[in-house]
Amino acid sequence: MILSRMPWFLIAQRLGIALLTLIVVSFAVFFATELLPGDVAEILLGQAATPEAVAGLRDAMGLDQPALSRFIGWLIGLLGGDFGTSYVNNMPVAELIGGRLVNSLKLAGLTTLLAVPVALTLGISAAMWRNSIFDRIISMLTISVISVPEFMVATLSVLIFAVWLDWLPALSFGVNVDSWSAILRAYAMPVITLGFVVSAQMIRMTRAAVIETINTPYVEMALLKGASRSRMVLRHALPNALGPIANAVALSLSYLVGGVIIVETIFNYPGVAKLMLDAVSTRDLPLIQSCAMIFCVSYLLLITLADLVAILSNPRLR
Amino acid sequence: MTKPLVSVCDLKIGAVSDAGRKIEIIKGVSFDIAPGEIVALIGESGSGKTTIALSLMGHTRTGCAINGGTIRLGDHDVTAMSEGQRAQIRGTEVSYVPQSAAAAFNPSQKIMDQVIEIAAIHQLMPRAQAEDKAIELFRALALPDAQTIGSRYPHQVSGGQLQRLSAAMALIGDPKLVIFDEPTTALDVTTQIEVLRAFRSVMQKGAIAGVYVSHDLAVVAQIADRIVVLKGGEIQEVGTAEQILKSPSHPYTQQLLQAFDPVPHVPVSFAKSERFPPILQVSDLCAGYGPVKNSAPAAKILKNVNFTLERGKNLGVIGESGSGKSTLARAISGILPPYRGHVMVDGYEQPGALAQRTKEQLRRAQIVFQLADTALNPAQSVGAILGRPLTFYHGMTGRAREARVIELLDMVRLPAAIRHRLPSELSGGQKQRINLARALAADPVLILCDEITSALDTVVAAAIIDLLKELQRELQLSYLFISHDLSTVEAICDDVLVMYKGEVVEALPAHQMSRDATHPYSRLLVSSVPKLDTGWLSGLEQDPELVARFANR
Repeated sequence: MILSRMPWFLIAQRLGIALLTLIVVSFAVFFATELLPGDVAEILLGQAATPEAVAGLRDAMGLDQPALSRFIGWLIGLLGGDFGTSYVNNMPVAELIGGRLVNSLKLAGLTTLLAVPVALTLGISAAMWRNSIFDRIISMLTISVISVPEFMVATLSVLIFAVWLDWLPALSFGVNVDSWSAILRAYAMPVITLGFVVSAQMIRMTRAAVIETINTPYVEMALLKGASRSRMVLRHALPNALGPIANAVALSLSYLVGGVIIVETIFNYPGVAKLMLDAVSTRDLPLIQSCAMIFCVSYLLLITLADLVAILSNPRLR
Repeated sequence: MTKPLVSVCDLKIGAVSDAGRKIEIIKGVSFDIAPGEIVALIGESGSGKTTIALSLMGHTRTGCAINGGTIRLGDHDVTAMSEGQRAQIRGTEVSYVPQSAAAAFNPSQKIMDQVIEIAAIHQLMPRAQAEDKAIELFRALALPDAQTIGSRYPHQVSGGQLQRLSAAMALIGDPKLVIFDEPTTALDVTTQIEVLRAFRSVMQKGAIAGVYVSHDLAVVAQIADRIVVLKGGEIQEVGTAEQILKSPSHPYTQQLLQAFDPVPHVPVSFAKSERFPPILQVSDLCAGYGPVKNSAPAAKILKNVNFTLERGKNLGVIGESGSGKSTLARAISGILPPYRGHVMVDGYEQPGALAQRTKEQLRRAQIVFQLADTALNPAQSVGAILGRPLTFYHGMTGRAREARVIELLDMVRLPAAIRHRLPSELSGGQKQRINLARALAADPVLILCDEITSALDTVVAAAIIDLLKELQRELQLSYLFISHDLSTVEAICDDVLVMYKGEVVEALPAHQMSRDATHPYSRLLVSSVPKLDTGWLSGLEQDPELVARFANR
C-alpha cells in the first residue's frame, strides 16, 4: 500500500538530493579553486623562470586545456578513486591525504564518543528539570562556552594543563604513544577543547527540542496517567524529538571534520584541515580540491543520516 | 446520605501573568460528588471549568498553583499530597479523558501501548491481561475491529474512534472518578451521538463517578446527573440537570438557555429592482487539491456544485467535517482556483485565480475566516489591520483612512480607541468583530463567512449573529454562511444547502429544514443535533443503516 511504500520513496528522494548536491558542490569547489589568484607553473618555477619554461610546464601539467574538460576529467578520476597528483611534490594526493584523514577521523571519533552522550544526557536532563538550578547552570555554561572562541579555550588549556600544572603534553603529536595512558594524555586536550565547542550547541538544541515536545497535550496526558517525570520525558517526549535532535547532532559533528583548523594548529595535530591550509599556501590545487571534497562529503553524509533518522522515527512516514 | 467520593472545599487557584501580576482564577469553589454520580461543570471559556477539573487530579497547568482550600478524593487529601503521591492516584483512582484525543495520543506509539500504559505504570496486571481488558473495553465502547484496532497508530483511526479509545485509556485502571474535558466538542454531531452513548453506558455499567466539563448545555443534559454553572471562577448555580434546564434561577443560566433558542430569521427586503442579477451564481463548480493531471487535480473535493444566491438573501451551507464546505468558500473567493465551472458575483464573471482578478472583482466578495486568532496579524495594531484594505481598495491615506477605520469600528460596535490595540489584547468576540470589519473595509456586496461563530462561546456567538443581521440591513449585504451548526444557520439564513462529500445533496428553505428535509443525510444531520431535554439521547432512534452509510464514525 501507499503507507508502506512511502518511506522508501522518501529515503530514495533524500539520497537523490544528496547526490545532486554533491555534484553541484564538486562543480563549485573546482571552479572556486580555479579562481584563486596566481599561476601554479609560475610559482613552482620561481621568479627567474623564462616564459618558455612556464609554458612548457603548463603544457606538461595539462593546465592549458579548457577548465570544463579538466573538471570532467577530475570528476571521473574522483569516481575511480584517483584524486590526482599533487602539483608541489608530485605525490598522489590520495597518499598525502590518507594518513592525515585517519588522524582527523581518530580525533573526530574520540570527540564524538565523548561529546554526544554527555551532551544528550545534559540536554535531556536540563529539559526534564526545566527552570531548576541545574537547568540554569547548564544554560549559563553553554552560553559562556559558545561565546568563548575555541582558540581561547585551546590556548588557555595549554597554559593551565601543560605549562602551569604540567599534567599533559602541550603537543599531542610526536610524543611517545606506547601505552594507553600516553595515548589518553596525548589526546586529552584536543578532544576536550573540541568537545566543549561541539557539545554546547548540541545541549542547547536538544533541550529546546525536548521542551517543545514536553509542551504537547500527549505528554501532559502521560503525566495525568500517573507517569513519573523521567518516564514522561524518555517514553513520550524524546521519541518525538528524535528528528530535530539528530539534526542538531549532525550539524555539530560536521564541524569536527572541517572546522578544526585552529585546534589542529594549536596542538600541532597533523589532520586534514592543517593539510588543506598548507595546500592553499602552495597553490596545490588537486590537494585543495580533494580536501574540500572530503569536508563536503562528510557534511552531506551526516546531514543525510540525520534526515534518514527523522524519516524513520516518524510513524506517519514509516 | 452516603459519604461523597469527592469533596472540594473553598478551592482557590491563582496564576501569575506574563507581566508578573497575580490573578485569581478560581475564587473559592466548593462542591461534592457522590459515588457513581456524574457532575457537569459548565461555563464559557475562561470560567475556570477545566482548571477545576484538572485540580481534582492534583494537576495545574504551567504558571498556575492551588493557593487555598482542600480537595478530598476518597481517602486522599489531594491538596496535601506530594507530586509522587499524586502520580500514584492518577490513572488508578482518578483518570482523564482529554478534549482533543487526536492531540493527546502520542503519534509515535501504537494505540494499545498507550491504552494499557496506566496498567504498566502502576503495575496493576500483566501485559496480556491488560490487553484483554483493553479489548473488552473497546467492545464496550462500540469500537470496530476491537481485536486489532490497538495495533494501529493514532493517525490511522478516525477522530470519533480516538475519542472513544481515550475513554478506554482512562478506564483501564478501574478509576473511581473519570474527568471528561469537553470530549465531544471537536466531533461532528453524528459522531458525537455514538461517543456520548458509549461513554454513558460504560459509566453506568461500572457505576463510575464522573466530572463532565463542557460549554454545551444540550450535551451535558444527556449525560450529567447534576450541573454546576460557572462564571469567572465562581459557582453561579448548582442543581440537577432537570432543574437547571426547566427552572434556572440565576440570570447567567437563563442567558445560556436563551442563547439556545433559535431566533427565527426574518428576511430583509431591499428596494428591489428587476434588472439586478443574483449576487452570487455558481455553476458546475469543481475544485480539488493535489497535482493536476489531465486538467483535474488528484484529490477532487467539490463535484458540480450549482446554486444561486439572490440579492439581500443569506445562504447557509451545512455539512460535517470533510464535506467540502470550506473548500467551497475557498473556491468562490479564488484562494483555491476551481478547475471547472463558473462563479458570477453581482452578474460579473469572476476569473478563477486570485491573481487574475482585478481590484474591483476582488472587492465585491470578501471572506471572513473561522479563527480570528490566526487570521489577524498579531504584530499589527487594529488600526493597521483595518487600514490596509482601505488603502488597497480605495486608495485612502492619512486622515480619511483614520476616519473610515473609526467608522468601521463603530459598525461592528467597538469603541474607536480600540484601533491602537493589538489583536492579542482583545477578547475572542472582539477579535471576530475586527475580522468582520476588515471584510467590510472593502465595501463588498457579498461576504463569505466560514464558520465564524464556531470558536466562540454561545452568548458571544449569538451577539455576532445579531450584528451580522444589523449590518445586512444597513449595508445591503448578502452572506454565504458556512457552519456545521444547524441552529446558527437557522438563525440567519433564508436558504440552506446540505453538503456531503463535496456534493450538494439538498437545497431547501432554512426555516423548514428540520421539518421538510427529505434526503436521508439531511434527516440524519437534523436528528443528530442534541436537544435541551435530558431524555433526548435515550429516546433517540436512528436508522442504523442510514448511520452506517453516512456517519463517518
